[in-house]
Amino acid sequence: MRKALVVVATALILGAALFYVLTIPRRIDPATLPTTSNAAFDAAAAAGRGERIFWAGGCTSCHAAPGAKGEDRLKLPGGAPLVTAFGSFRAPNISPHKADGIGAWSLADFANAMQRGVDPDGRHLYPAFPYTSYIRMTPTDIADLFAYMQTLPKVVGKAPDNSLSFPFNIRRGIGLWKLFFLNDTPETILPATATPAARAGQYLVEGPGHCGQCHTPRTLGGLGGLHTSRWLAGAPKLEGKRRTPNITPHASGIGAWSASEIAEYLETGFTPDYDSVGGAMVEVQSNMAQLTSADRAAIAAYLKAIPPQPKD
Amino acid sequence: MSAKPILAAALLLALAAPALAQGVASIEARQKLMKANGADTKAGVGFLKGETPYDAAKAKMIFTNMHSVATKFGGLFPADSKTGNKTTAAPAIWSEPAKFKAAVAKFEADTKTAMSANLDTPDAFKAQFGAVTANCKSCHEAFRIKDN
Repeated sequence: MRKALVVVATALILGAALFYVLTIPRRIDPATLPTTSNAAFDAAAAAGRGERIFWAGGCTSCHAAPGAKGEDRLKLPGGAPLVTAFGSFRAPNISPHKADGIGAWSLADFANAMQRGVDPDGRHLYPAFPYTSYIRMTPTDIADLFAYMQTLPKVVGKAPDNSLSFPFNIRRGIGLWKLFFLNDTPETILPATATPAARAGQYLVEGPGHCGQCHTPRTLGGLGGLHTSRWLAGAPKLEGKRRTPNITPHASGIGAWSASEIAEYLETGFTPDYDSVGGAMVEVQSNMAQLTSADRAAIAAYLKAIPPQPKD
Repeated sequence: MSAKPILAAALLLALAAPALAQGVASIEARQKLMKANGADTKAGVGFLKGETPYDAAKAKMIFTNMHSVATKFGGLFPADSKTGNKTTAAPAIWSEPAKFKAAVAKFEADTKTAMSANLDTPDAFKAQFGAVTANCKSCHEAFRIKDN
């Protein structure tokens, strides 16, 4: 009897130790971060370039106040809750306010949040924040974005905490999830004949744009990572029963749209039939409208180059 | 097995059918009107992009058509047309009727201004067209359910 107890206790301790080790937050090697402390670093130029990344990344859609328009889209106190089957996620204040936002963060803090889902206190962040896409961004784009975000208005006030159900409320568990689902490999392999524009589009879509987070189904009934063999084929919405559309060049997707029609949709919000953009895509489209036409054309070229997928 | 429940069901269906048909007819009518708006918008964009040579009379026709849509549209939302026929009408149309009415009235007013405006130059057309088509997005955001 005593022996059995010892075995069970040992197994529990070993299990806990294994869980602890496996779920240790992993940070970026500081040597790979771009350096912003030397004299050659031009913060104003970086911020200028970072604005493009800001719109490509769609930060404002979750972090600005719900329904914010115009200049208010640059105030980032945390937005509407993202209500899912796991509970309600609340995007935090990411304005440069020192106490309530990220004003006291270093570039390394920012990069680790954006690309490893680890906050400065060493806590895992929930993948509702799309770091599983942002991990594909270049160190320079991360630094430029950080420089730009420091120029935005400081907003007072902390966003409310997430309210999640068990076991999803255990942050440490995300460490285990990351072991399986956080990687920086390309989401799809473009054909060798893909144009430079399509390759530029791949970066924008799979990295900052994080399009797959809503348009690609997840494995393990929604608990897992993105189902890359069904890349951009449309998926059940996180917030409910409806689905996001298939945006691959298949007849059941947007195969009938020309590249210029896709680019125009991203710019003006009008489909080829002159119906107007709807749903959560309204916010996304208003971000895409801030990009250059070359960037929108690149996204369109990529969406024409990826493998067509029938819808579910 | 008694025939009574079947008879009762048949009677119910017979009673419900006209109402159902009316709701569906409204849905179809408003879908047709929105399609027409899409076609007119497409024609307008053709002018703006220079894909079709500018024609002031046709430009006026675009706004006249849209105005005619605007005057009919608001009356096509009876209570029995909330669902069916793949409608994308949002519940807000019926839960916030005053706001919906105001949105339709704005479209009606903007199209009226545009069809009565001087449309001699493409630039004049562009200004009116911008004001008119701004209605699409704002109204759709509030009163339509769509996924893309």
